[in-house]
Amino acid sequence: MKRLLTGIIASVTLSVATHAADVTLLNVSYDPTRELYADINKAFAAKYQAETGKSIEIKQSHGGSGRQARSVIDGLPADVVTLALAYDIDEVAQRGALAADWQTKLPQNASPYTSTFVFLVRKGNPKGIKDWDDLAKPGVKVITPNPKTSGGARWNYLGAWGYALKKPGGTEDSAKAFVKAIFANVPVLDTGARGSTVTFVERNVGDVLIAWENEAFLSINEFGKDKFDIVVPSITILAEPPVAVVDKVVDKKGTRAAAEAYLKFIYTKEGQEIAAKNYYRPRDPEVAKKYENVFPKVALFTIDEVFGGWKVAQKKHFADKGVFDEIYSQ
Amino acid sequence: MSVAAGTLATRTPSSSQDSRRRIVAEPAPVRWLIVGVALLFLTVFLVVPLVAVFYQAFSRGVWPYLGALTHPDAVAAIKLTLMVAAISVSLNLVFGLIAAWAIAKFEFRGKSVLITLIDLPFSISPVISGLVFVLLFGAQGFFGGYLQEHDVRIIFALPGIVLATVLVTFPFVARELIPLMQQQGTQEEEAAISLGASGLQTFFRVTLPNVKWALLYGVLLCNARAMGEFGAVSVVSGHIRGETNTMPLHIEILYNEYQFMASFAVASLLALLALVTLIAKVVLEKYVGAE
Repeated sequence: MKRLLTGIIASVTLSVATHAADVTLLNVSYDPTRELYADINKAFAAKYQAETGKSIEIKQSHGGSGRQARSVIDGLPADVVTLALAYDIDEVAQRGALAADWQTKLPQNASPYTSTFVFLVRKGNPKGIKDWDDLAKPGVKVITPNPKTSGGARWNYLGAWGYALKKPGGTEDSAKAFVKAIFANVPVLDTGARGSTVTFVERNVGDVLIAWENEAFLSINEFGKDKFDIVVPSITILAEPPVAVVDKVVDKKGTRAAAEAYLKFIYTKEGQEIAAKNYYRPRDPEVAKKYENVFPKVALFTIDEVFGGWKVAQKKHFADKGVFDEIYSQ
Repeated sequence: MSVAAGTLATRTPSSSQDSRRRIVAEPAPVRWLIVGVALLFLTVFLVVPLVAVFYQAFSRGVWPYLGALTHPDAVAAIKLTLMVAAISVSLNLVFGLIAAWAIAKFEFRGKSVLITLIDLPFSISPVISGLVFVLLFGAQGFFGGYLQEHDVRIIFALPGIVLATVLVTFPFVARELIPLMQQQGTQEEEAAISLGASGLQTFFRVTLPNVKWALLYGVLLCNARAMGEFGAVSVVSGHIRGETNTMPLHIEILYNEYQFMASFAVASLLALLALVTLIAKVVLEKYVGAE
């Protein structure tokens, strides 16, 4: 029995050890990018092998953006972080794992693709949801993850806030009341975007899911056009999910060159095409033009315009005892 | 499935043996009603979900099922789970035996505190069991700086997963042994020592053989929990695919990626491992009963 056990352990360790590429990177990402990075990693590995002759394996870890940042802070050895919003990478940077000016190291705010938020409703839109206003109406069940742990939820919370501000006569107070009314309609807060999507599409809870645009498309593709409709609001927030190399980890592991090549690959035509095919809005104008029929045209505002950047927004809305706590605890 | 149903069927009558029947003396309809309710409850809450898992797993046939189980990430998860279970069960076998021995055979101050402490993992949430290790060994944690300097990875790697599993499954072996050892008392050991046996001889020739079935039983329970632990492991895993995902975590990931068939395929394997444990347990009980 004992011999058998040691035998098993030995063979397991052996087989784990033998299976390893020349270079291994760990990409710690947020929830809805699972399919995107599965494709990116495959394409990049092929390109990297062709160009350098070395095999590369990119391992993935996914979860709510805030939670993932926390894991990296606690020592999860990510070579690159590809999170839902800049603030989560700022948090990691604050603890010294990467330079404070990380967002200037890659083009376009270090966000190789953008996305936005749309509403996924049940087929035929039985509750008649057309715009943000309809989410605040009594009797409408809204599904969104927890802004404390999910990047997507923070984006769409600010999307609702911005919408209310931009309405005629909109003030901070009216925006607060509006967002409060929406969250009063939320029966369950999952920790990440994917959890919320599963709650809505698989467990059939709620009337409307405030979803990342790519999650909404993916749900329709997975479950059939006969089950859900996408409703595009009149105006919504432009989400810029950023990417960064984690200096502390790559310098220790000696993987800086590979990690930088990996992130730059997302900006190439090939990378941009993959992003567009996974329903992320490409930055490259040519690729964007090619896929312009895929993405609904919608008026977008940025976080810098309306909220003065992530640091300000995070502190005011999502920090401990911030506006969200005030709204949700009452 | 038929195995689980079979054990249920054979076990229910054994609890209403003749001697008891006379004492209870309930009319037959009442007895049947009680048995029926129990069976119905078990069917609804255990058998049906179990059938559903296997049904979903094989919903696209045998080849996709095998494909899901032989996917590199699944294989890595299965290996990791078996390895974590093997290490944590071995550790808890030793710890549990020592703790039970100390408690049952010796008198010392603070004994009741120790008994309570052993039970603690039963009562604290697994999330806490995971978080304590993040607080201790995380980069911002108590030993974080030292570990990083020396390039030792505890959390988000195998050691952390093992630690969390050991903590959660600690009570199983000890809890199984303590009552039995207390009941057996110290007379046999005293006899052995008075006949000239050394401490170790006494332990291996008298104490251990006396508790071997209970020990094996505790190990089986411990193993079942070790393979199935989700909460504590989820906190310390870091969810790196093909590296730090155990089977329960892998099942959740597949489910969240809309790969329901694959998710249930891995779940069915986990359920199968649990069933094997259960059967081993029943066989053991028969042995113990015969002795």
